[in-house]
Amino acid sequence: MPLVFMIPGPLRELAGDRGEVRIEGTACTIGEALSLLWASYPAVRDRVLTELGEVRPHVNIFVDGLNIRDSGGLDAPVRDGAEIYILPAVSGG
Amino acid sequence: MPDTRHVTPRNGDVLLLAGTMKGAFILRSSKTRGKWEMGGPYFPGSAVYAMAYDGRNGRHRIWAAAHSMHWGGLLRSSDDFGQSWTNPEEANVKFPEGTGAALKQIWQIVPGREAEPDTLYCGVEPAALFVSRDAGDTWSLMEGLWNHPQRPQWAPGGGGLCLHTILLDPESLDRVRIAVSTGGMYVTEDGGSTWRPSNQGVRADFLPEKYPEFGQCVHKVVQAKQKPDRMFLQNHWGLYRSDDRGESWTDIANGVPSDFGFCMSIHPESPDCAWIVPVESDQFRCTPEGKLRVYRTRDAGKSWEAMTKGLPQNDAYETVLRDAMAVDPLDPAGVYFGTRSGKLYGSADEGDTWSELIDGLPPVVSVKAIVVSLPGGA
Repeated sequence: MPLVFMIPGPLRELAGDRGEVRIEGTACTIGEALSLLWASYPAVRDRVLTELGEVRPHVNIFVDGLNIRDSGGLDAPVRDGAEIYILPAVSGG
Repeated sequence: MPDTRHVTPRNGDVLLLAGTMKGAFILRSSKTRGKWEMGGPYFPGSAVYAMAYDGRNGRHRIWAAAHSMHWGGLLRSSDDFGQSWTNPEEANVKFPEGTGAALKQIWQIVPGREAEPDTLYCGVEPAALFVSRDAGDTWSLMEGLWNHPQRPQWAPGGGGLCLHTILLDPESLDRVRIAVSTGGMYVTEDGGSTWRPSNQGVRADFLPEKYPEFGQCVHKVVQAKQKPDRMFLQNHWGLYRSDDRGESWTDIANGVPSDFGFCMSIHPESPDCAWIVPVESDQFRCTPEGKLRVYRTRDAGKSWEAMTKGLPQNDAYETVLRDAMAVDPLDPAGVYFGTRSGKLYGSADEGDTWSELIDGLPPVVSVKAIVVSLPGGA
């Protein structure tokens, strides 16, 4: 089953104007899953990760409802067909 | 997202590039500078700490450092005065692998000198200098400064550890001076391979050693185009002049209500004329006595006069940040500044009289003033 990425509004123009992206491929971790996303939509990468390869501090990634900050970070496991949300945090001002 | 409107500049028009905490705006006026129209907001929701205009080599390109709290920052440019902007696939200013650093903010963009028409510099946080030699297509870290042995001892000020000022010497392509809060000033004379601190006479009230070799919290430095040995400096406590191109500094806080402040601009032709907006103190960073006063010197800091006509003199507790003041190149020079409360003021007579150009912007963090030169004088 494809991985399902939910793309937030501000990044959709960098992902083919799509809010939902399905990508076939095998990934054991969210880091590997995101690499599949970058391969199709490379412009999304630098918006989500810093140049140190870390998730930006005000971005949250949920895998099947779990925030990866609570489940191993980029090493968090993903299942075949996982639903992955990329979301801006509530921070702002 | 808000509707964005645009301005259509004509040859000779004056543009103000106003960066705010929530987007960028472009104001346009004829050279009389009496009436202004505004375009924007551009990049709504993103902080724009730096903007620049590159009119070299036939370009009329506006640069903006758009930084989203969520999605990070990058440099974007427009060749049609804001109607369209680049949106690079890859972040164009980023620290190389091995530095262990990640970009937090772009604080300054400076086009190179006429003799280097495809060169641009940008200063960033954490404090570092980047350069482009291909008109902004690609950028690289200037490693000579990054690898300076004193850099690990620099410390962040209230705005973060930022490289906010870049002065390109008009007489030597190899000489560049930068200022870091909080690290002080450094100068290179070999095009960036090596750097040395250059803070003689500049005090650091917040350190046990009041006149250290480096570590000062320099807020803004300006250099006279026609007389490059002349510089002025607004410090975190301290107002200074240099007559030897920054090698030594003399206190010139003669008659100002406070020598604390952020912004500073210099006259485009007269090396003796500069403007500042003092704030009360590091503890109360607002205009003293609730009066919004621009101070101007015409005698290189021997004296300062308060410019108040058209500015609020009651209950005006304003702050003008380090890059939120600019001067245009016309005669008489126009002076402009934006406040943290979102007001933009302008003077078409070198500060004698002021008008509120607009109220209600997000907090203004940067202002640049330019005169448009279009091909064929269209």
